Amino acid sequence: MKVILKNVSLFHPVQKIDEKGIDILLTDGVISKIGKINPEEISGVKVFDLSNKHIVPGFFDMHVHLREPGREDEETVQSGCNAAANGGFTGIACMPNTEPAIDSAEVVSFIKKQSKDHLVDVEVIGAATLGRKGEYISPMAELYEAGVVGFSDDGVAIKTSGILKRAFEYSKMYNVPIIEHCEDETLSGGAMNEGLNSTMLGLPPIPSVAEELIVIRDILLAEYTGGKIHIAHLSTKKSVEMVREAKQKGISVTSEVTPHHFTLIDDSLKTYDTNFKMNPPLRTKADVDEILLGLKDGTIDCIASDHAPHSAEEKEAEFEHAPNGITGLETQVGLALTELYHKKIITLGQLIEKMSINPRKILNLPVPNFEVGQIANFTILDLTEIFTFDINRSKSKSKNSPFDKRLLTGKALGVINKSKMFYQDEFLNL
Amino acid sequence: MPLSNRHLLGLQGVPKEDIQLILDTASTFREVLERPIKRVPTLQGKTVVNLFYESSTRTRISFELAEKRLSADSINFAVSASSVSKGESFKDTIKNIEAMKVDMVVVRHSAAGTPLYLTKISDANIINAGDGIHEHPTQGLLDMYSIREKLRKIEGLKVCIVGDVAHSRVALSNIYGLKTMGAEVSVCGPSTMIPKNIEDLGVKVIYNIDEAIQENDVLNVLRIQLERKAREYFPSIREYAKYFGITGERLEKNGKDILILHPGPINRGVELSSGVADGLNQIILKQVTNGVAVRMAVLYLLGTLN
Repeated sequence: MKVILKNVSLFHPVQKIDEKGIDILLTDGVISKIGKINPEEISGVKVFDLSNKHIVPGFFDMHVHLREPGREDEETVQSGCNAAANGGFTGIACMPNTEPAIDSAEVVSFIKKQSKDHLVDVEVIGAATLGRKGEYISPMAELYEAGVVGFSDDGVAIKTSGILKRAFEYSKMYNVPIIEHCEDETLSGGAMNEGLNSTMLGLPPIPSVAEELIVIRDILLAEYTGGKIHIAHLSTKKSVEMVREAKQKGISVTSEVTPHHFTLIDDSLKTYDTNFKMNPPLRTKADVDEILLGLKDGTIDCIASDHAPHSAEEKEAEFEHAPNGITGLETQVGLALTELYHKKIITLGQLIEKMSINPRKILNLPVPNFEVGQIANFTILDLTEIFTFDINRSKSKSKNSPFDKRLLTGKALGVINKSKMFYQDEFLNL
Repeated sequence: MPLSNRHLLGLQGVPKEDIQLILDTASTFREVLERPIKRVPTLQGKTVVNLFYESSTRTRISFELAEKRLSADSINFAVSASSVSKGESFKDTIKNIEAMKVDMVVVRHSAAGTPLYLTKISDANIINAGDGIHEHPTQGLLDMYSIREKLRKIEGLKVCIVGDVAHSRVALSNIYGLKTMGAEVSVCGPSTMIPKNIEDLGVKVIYNIDEAIQENDVLNVLRIQLERKAREYFPSIREYAKYFGITGERLEKNGKDILILHPGPINRGVELSSGVADGLNQIILKQVTNGVAVRMAVLYLLGTLN
């Protein structure tokens, strides 16, 4: 099938492409011409008028919980991929805290099989330790061979420095990063950030130092072993500062932040709404300010959602008992454009690097290029559309978002990948 | 003048006029409690549910008695904490109770924020009888009532809350209420039991019990919850008693006539020496009676709002 994407603004920060009024001809999902194209010269071609819309390299969310296998009532590979496509992503990496954990080649193959026919590429993060229990390293070689692109015990930090050191040493053979959820469990166990708000709300606190201790432990061990560390969802000022310093020293460290950690602070918890409960918890304005600085100066490489679907029954509980996490695949693009691009914290180029280029580089995946002969891997953006996010239109099986009814500026209109297109709420084969 | 809010979830943000009104109304009911027939028909036909998700004998009995004295129909609903820790039945339970057309719900729960949640799913007036380590407004009110009864005022007094402030639901309610009424509030306890940033509430932090005795007109001594987690926050009971316990010698040394409140029951030899505890029996029992009067006032003022 031949398709023309008409009159687009083509933007690729690595290839240094920033051109308006471009037409793209796709043949069976492969880029066959970029430039001015007259549709009348090509028989049976389908034309999409994308005037004033941007086409950028397909977004990739490197921190997603798909819940399958184990909690298919909350999300499946299929529903998670639908949410990803709806949110503007052509690729995601799924975390291993499923039931059973992704600590064997069988589970990796199962997830790969479930996602095989979907537009969205699903990459798999394997457990760093068996059952994510922190006792023995997982069969990393076998997992790597099955296609795993990173190792993590996400949900918790790798339990001891000893096992982390071994995980670094072993994973180094494959140049695969360790992705860490940084939290010292002897200091955490609370329900929100420690500070005046936790005191006033009477909620058990989680001090910011619980995160920072593990960030510094991980940086030191990465330096010592020569392993690659990726700090997941960093949330505190000091974490940003330590990552910045480590990068200056040439240590192999990368990091990500979630949209909620650059948008919200712990004042939001005053209504005890469990949709604001996540781990790491929402922090303070000083933390957000440093995160914004870290996004600007490149300390923070990626924006990732930490998409964590939870059933309404479980989320609608007392604040202290409710599970941590919020969905995020479908609000990430809007929040990044609204809070970062339009507020001039980062440029569009930086935004695309953090949402498309860097996550793939960290996971050793090919970055989509705009060249004739390449498979089209695009996200279609309207940078200025103002819309209200409606959780009822989410494709995720779970609805636990604090951003319902939030006004956003800038939207992902669709995606193209694997010779498939998702546009105007429809999948079509190209 | 009616109360400005139809629920009592905490003392944070409750205006001075409301607290004044509750305390004045409590005085009236205090007289009723001295009568041979201690019952008034004020809440006849109203139904109050005492929803206790955490075991509490004294607070529950106090509320129940207050309801009976006001001629309300009261229903006790006690649920073991284990069945709610999963969170699945809570909303259903409330909806069930709601369907029984109740007017007021008195709720005690181990999780902070539960009373606020109830206001969103129920039309009844909600009274917080203690939520986690957040607030316990009627205890705060009865402490203020007892202070006012004894010292004839609250404004300008210096009040120190002593003990495990971090794990107390009484501390915050006292801080908010007393400050609104114009008292100067401080807290005293081992630093591991003082919550983060409490100074930002305009509260002085004192780590020396002698200093606390010297500086204040009132000590509100919290019960050290030996059975709870609190025990992990100081090295030994002996050390706590030695450095934070209030003894006759300490009071004498500082040569002060100081009002001591305690919500009871006292851990003798821990937060209060036996001697001090004995001397205090009178006021502690009075606090119990005042508790009924204050709860009657709250129930009456909320129950007759609509």
